Amino acid sequence: MMILDDFFWRAVIAGMGVAVVAGPLGCFVVWRRMSYLGDTMAHSALLGVALGIFLEVDLIFGVFVVAISVAMLLFIFQRQKQIANDAVLGTLSHASLAMGVLAISLMSWVRIDLMSYLFGDILAVDMTDLYWIYGGGISILLILLWLWKPLLALTFNSELAQAEGVPVFKTQLIFMLLIAAVIALSMKIIGILLVTSLLIIPVSAARRFSRTPEQMALGGALIGMASVGLGLWSSLKIDTPSGPSIVIAAVLFFFAVNLFPHRKL
Amino acid sequence: MSTKIENTSNISVTKKKKKILLQTENISLFAGKRELLSSISLTVSAGEIVTIIGPNGAGKTTLLRVLLGLIPPNSGSIFKKQKLRIGYLPQKVNVDQILPLSVSRIMNLAGNFSINEIETALDETAVLSLKNKPGYQLSGGEFQRVMLARTLLTNPELLVLDEPVQGVDYMGESELYKLIGNLKKKHGCGVLMVSHDLHVVMASTDRVLCLNRHLCCEGEPEDVSQHPEYLRLFGLDSGSTLAVYSHHHDHTHQLSGTLSEDSQ
Repeated sequence: MMILDDFFWRAVIAGMGVAVVAGPLGCFVVWRRMSYLGDTMAHSALLGVALGIFLEVDLIFGVFVVAISVAMLLFIFQRQKQIANDAVLGTLSHASLAMGVLAISLMSWVRIDLMSYLFGDILAVDMTDLYWIYGGGISILLILLWLWKPLLALTFNSELAQAEGVPVFKTQLIFMLLIAAVIALSMKIIGILLVTSLLIIPVSAARRFSRTPEQMALGGALIGMASVGLGLWSSLKIDTPSGPSIVIAAVLFFFAVNLFPHRKL
Repeated sequence: MSTKIENTSNISVTKKKKKILLQTENISLFAGKRELLSSISLTVSAGEIVTIIGPNGAGKTTLLRVLLGLIPPNSGSIFKKQKLRIGYLPQKVNVDQILPLSVSRIMNLAGNFSINEIETALDETAVLSLKNKPGYQLSGGEFQRVMLARTLLTNPELLVLDEPVQGVDYMGESELYKLIGNLKKKHGCGVLMVSHDLHVVMASTDRVLCLNRHLCCEGEPEDVSQHPEYLRLFGLDSGSTLAVYSHHHDHTHQLSGTLSEDSQ
């Protein structure tokens, strides 16, 4: 396919794929007030990159494994009560980011462009990434579709959901796996430091127009796709890093919808 | 763990020969060495309202969670009528503005109920007109009525209500208790509820269990309100006992304030 030979279109198609997945998943991140958890998992991604390089496996796989490990660590830390949740998240977030930078600098035999991992690089997307993003993305969406109803019941009230037969722990665990997966898939486009923005900003913009959870998920996906399109286009035209360009585009949409008169939905 | 949870359908011998829905024998629950519930035996039968009262931290919600099967007790046994259908209203449910959920959607979160079933349930608690409203816009009383309607969807034999009048203003409280009484009559179900307000709930209940980790006393409202354990627990000296609030109004108001049709 000719179009896939062009690095720009490869990035666009990859970015659109990621945005479609980030919409529905991002809704739950926002509703469950987990955006800082997403951030923490994302910041651990650099350690995942280092692990991937060291073990010579695909970086997406490395990032996924490390993000999951951080989420599990968090589960364990949440059992104690002396340190508040946000402090635990901050500790894990910065510890894993520091370890990632150290690990990469210690592997003196590899030359990697740290900036491109931190902030995304449209030149970095190759055909393998496209397979990962579309294979992984479709899997994530199918799992989320299957999980939608129990997860929504759980988000409304976990006590009630449990009494009504929702397997609470299992549902939460699978949800964590999905977040880790989407972070791993979007890392190359958006960059480690900004990856959760695609989960949060488009759906927050979409809340304004949404009467139902599904409308918010769809709206988030559409605004996410528009942000990717606009961001990558400006990235190409004025030669800016792709991640920040997409984030700025998403933020523009966010402010634009807030210019509309407020309706209670 | 010596817990024994059984489903039995034919425990039938009681004083009043009512169908027993739920019965526990000496259930205890520990958190580490701390005893949260101590040897609790209780019975809930069809057609009666049993209210658990007790001070904060007495273990009221914990007891409900054990009875619902959400926490296994460390000892004792729980008997439930076979395939007992329970409608549950937990404590402190609310819906946040960040989550766009209409009332009818809240009704259908767990199951697959038809619009007809949902409307019937909402109508029973007098909140049908709110069905398309976003959940966060409801007042405390309206929201509790929606949650109460939600418990009716499964055609329950037992309603388990944890502080059903929470967030409801004073006038609404006795209205809501009256509604619960009417639902009980209409559906012939048993009601087990938790409350920490005293005299309003006393007036609308058949039996009161006074809980403070263990069952201090139990019986009919008038008896319990004179019981020394009860008076000690709620810091009332025996000279100034609260009168049980059991008078009747000669008219009732709907949510909107208009007189309702069944006013006497």
